[in-house]
Amino acid sequence: MIDLFLTVVWPALKIVLTILAVIVPLILGVAYMTLAERKVIAAAQFRHGPNVVGPFGVLQPWADALKLMFKEVILPAGANKVVFFLAPMLTFALAMLAWAVMPITENFAIADINLGLLYLFAISSLGVYGIIMSGWASNSKYPFLGALRSAAQMVSYEVSMGLIIITVVITVGAGGFNLGNIVEAQRDLWFAVIHFPMFVVFFISALAETNRAPFDLPEGESELVAGYFLEYSSMQFALFFLGEYANILLMSAMTVTLFLGGYLSPVEVWFLGDVWMQPIWFMLKTSFIAFVFLWVRATVPRYRYDQLMRLGWKVFLPLSLFWVVLTSGIIVGFGL
Amino acid sequence: MSALLSSLRSLLLLELVRGMGLTLWSMFTGRRVTVNYPYEKGVLSPRFRGEHALRRYPTGEERCIACKLCEAICPAQAITIEAEPREDGSRRTTRYDIDMTKCIYCGYCQEACPVDAVVQGPNYEFSTETRAELYYDKDKLLDNGDRWEHLIAANIAQDAAYR
Repeated sequence: MIDLFLTVVWPALKIVLTILAVIVPLILGVAYMTLAERKVIAAAQFRHGPNVVGPFGVLQPWADALKLMFKEVILPAGANKVVFFLAPMLTFALAMLAWAVMPITENFAIADINLGLLYLFAISSLGVYGIIMSGWASNSKYPFLGALRSAAQMVSYEVSMGLIIITVVITVGAGGFNLGNIVEAQRDLWFAVIHFPMFVVFFISALAETNRAPFDLPEGESELVAGYFLEYSSMQFALFFLGEYANILLMSAMTVTLFLGGYLSPVEVWFLGDVWMQPIWFMLKTSFIAFVFLWVRATVPRYRYDQLMRLGWKVFLPLSLFWVVLTSGIIVGFGL
Repeated sequence: MSALLSSLRSLLLLELVRGMGLTLWSMFTGRRVTVNYPYEKGVLSPRFRGEHALRRYPTGEERCIACKLCEAICPAQAITIEAEPREDGSRRTTRYDIDMTKCIYCGYCQEACPVDAVVQGPNYEFSTETRAELYYDKDKLLDNGDRWEHLIAANIAQDAAYR
């Protein structure tokens, strides 16, 4: 009995607990991201924002969650039942899955795999399936148009994102696909300094990848009502909503890991560089990038669709390709 | 040269950065243009045209003399009046209904009224859960008049100079 506990139950329990230790703060963070968005945009527009539920509205996400849970689940008449219910789950699950490889301290990631960056890239690209499935299964024109736009947009921007990732990987050198190695390679100098243009391009591509303003055409209210999740209600809607914000946090964490030195402290003084401070640095940096997501939304108007495509294919792609060539040229030329 | 400069400007995202700076600045000014509505309210003009009321004289006698000018002028035909002489010989309404779902709050009724009986008061928070509650009858309107008289009278006094 003890034997069984030690060999099977305890390791399994340990894995579950490790996952929970990452997922629970993440979901809390996602919930509060919705509040942060409303507060930040309200502040930028000289409004108050939610301030009734709890002090400064801090209980607003809970009120929203409760409201959504008690709403009726509506299935559109022509919808494909299975795919319709699968899509939000997929979106949400994929947004959570990617966190498995994120290095949160120098010796903690749920799965420290050697191709972590590829895994991350693959999972974030799979996100488009949830959107396509919801758009198609809703059997309704606006969600369908939204899903098509979203798919085209995500595919376009992934190209330049992939090239930027290659830039980072060749800068790191051997073992460059391991996220831990990428962070450790930034101990002396963050990649945001060396690859500043790519940092900006990556961030803008991340905006497009998560369908955020100014690239939120897939859910453009004025033309597509709400885009691909138009037909959803109740918890299905909540899953899409949380998935979107989880993706924002994921992209922020990815930006932080690739360019802002991940869990590393910007200053190595006193206790600030200690290992136990690393998750806090990681969270602070991720929150800052997530704030920039909201800040951009509060500032920039929506792109036109052709402008979006032009930016992706005619500006970012050549720019990131040029940077790959430049970086590899310097590395080979100077024998770094 | 100018083409080079403009492309450099767009490449460096200068305008974008300036815009971002503006919103960041506005986030930290602490300025708020909205009010906490149920707890704070905006200022109303004395001419504000809100919920209707039927007023009384200080003696308690109702002002309305059933001339039906308001009923006649009402563009939405929201007002229904029936009248007959009372026992003391004065002409009064037996029925004075306003269908608040039809009313367009144009204020013609209060302009038409020769005795300042029907007025639109400062109350705008009279939403109801059923439609039927918005069919106001004479009792309801007189009750509104009693309830809001002090504000209505003050508003009429304030606005009198401009009429």
